[in-house]
Amino acid sequence: MPVIRVIIPFHLRRLANVSGEVELEVPDPATIGSLLEALETRFPVLRGTIRDFGTLQRRPLLRFFACQEDWSLEPQTTLLPEAVLRGQEPFMVVGSMAGG
Amino acid sequence: MSSVRVLVGTKKGAFILTSDGKRDKWTVSEPHFTGWEIYHMKGSPVNPNRIYASQTSGWFGQKIQRSDDGGKTWEPVGSEFAYDGTPGNHLWYDGTQHPWEFKRIWHLEPSLTDPDKVYAGGEDAALWHSADGGQSWQEISALRAVKPNLWMPGAGGMGLHTIVLDPTNPNRIYIAISSAGAFRTDDGGKSWKAINKGLKSLYELPDPDADVGHCVHRIAIHPSRPDVLYMQKHWDVMRSDNAGDMWNEVSDNLPTDFGFPIDVHAHEPETIYVVPIKSDSEHFPPDGKLRVYRSKTGGNDWEGLTKGLPQKDCYVNVLRDAMAVDSLDKCGVYFGTTGGQVYASADGGDSWNAIVRDLPAVLSVEVQTLS
Repeated sequence: MPVIRVIIPFHLRRLANVSGEVELEVPDPATIGSLLEALETRFPVLRGTIRDFGTLQRRPLLRFFACQEDWSLEPQTTLLPEAVLRGQEPFMVVGSMAGG
Repeated sequence: MSSVRVLVGTKKGAFILTSDGKRDKWTVSEPHFTGWEIYHMKGSPVNPNRIYASQTSGWFGQKIQRSDDGGKTWEPVGSEFAYDGTPGNHLWYDGTQHPWEFKRIWHLEPSLTDPDKVYAGGEDAALWHSADGGQSWQEISALRAVKPNLWMPGAGGMGLHTIVLDPTNPNRIYIAISSAGAFRTDDGGKSWKAINKGLKSLYELPDPDADVGHCVHRIAIHPSRPDVLYMQKHWDVMRSDNAGDMWNEVSDNLPTDFGFPIDVHAHEPETIYVVPIKSDSEHFPPDGKLRVYRSKTGGNDWEGLTKGLPQKDCYVNVLRDAMAVDSLDKCGVYFGTTGGQVYASADGGDSWNAIVRDLPAVLSVEVQTLS
């Protein structure tokens, strides 16, 4: 089972009471959706913060980055890239930029 | 000896201020939930160490936090706020119908008798109830059967921001929504009626006397006289002597009758407080002078309270949930500003002090009187 490195934003790290990267075991085939499910299972407090409770759609002001690409608009059934599966690259949940 | 705990929700976290009963020296906690908007915190009247907090974010959604040790430590509880069935539509700014969408919880109102029971008012407007300490929430959906197609968001969103529990009748609850108006249930939430007769919204509604659609900002009662309601409407300060069946304006000599909060003295049911704001276009005090206005006659005869409050160059706002009273003798009155100050009066409003300055913009203030 691949061990995947996940980086979540500051506010969610505080909420989940973690620091730094999170390492998750995600069953094959590891997809964006199964990774998020594994994350929410390990940290139930994160349910509803990345995906809507009911629809499981990505919350509009969050983005998913991996391997220098934006995966936010990919369906959650999309397989994670090889470098993420091998643990070479993290999967990043990022709060979209705002402020002035 | 008595003590006081002030629960302050801000745009960037929560703060807890404590003092003994003299209320002249205050301790300010480290921030809780840093970076999150804390719309409201309120303690159970039955168990003051049980406090509920609404933690919300445009990025990360809604969380409810609960403390069982007076705010020292917190645990997240349930935060899934689902509308019953198909949510339906409400009026949108452009006159079209728009589907209900959950955004956040504006106000938490713990039960007067059971610390595990709590009500939550949300945006888009709906009322939820939890009977298990906030672990799970069920919508009291009969409320949204009262002409919901005419409810429309105010400038700040369509929030259910006021929940008043009648201390003498557990089946009676008042709620208020911007911009739908005030509503009452007399059967514990099974059915609701609009209680907006007498409200006039000359510039906000095509029919100024409409049944629903009024922009009510806040309602307050005194527990000894729960049929007497005081309301700060968008414009106008109003009073009802029959549980909201009819309202009469009591603005009289206020410098402006626009404002957000309204509250009642803990021991004098005819003494009420408002903070006049210049207008709906200019959300700051008239003439740059921050003044609380007090009426000792239940409205209509208002005196400006200025001692200790800035009387020049003050351009803050005081939001609807940002005023509260303690129950000490003399009654303490508290309010927070969008400039990050929390002002307190330990003498019923005669004089004021900033008990903390330079917090993030204050969204809510609640007070617990502890023995």
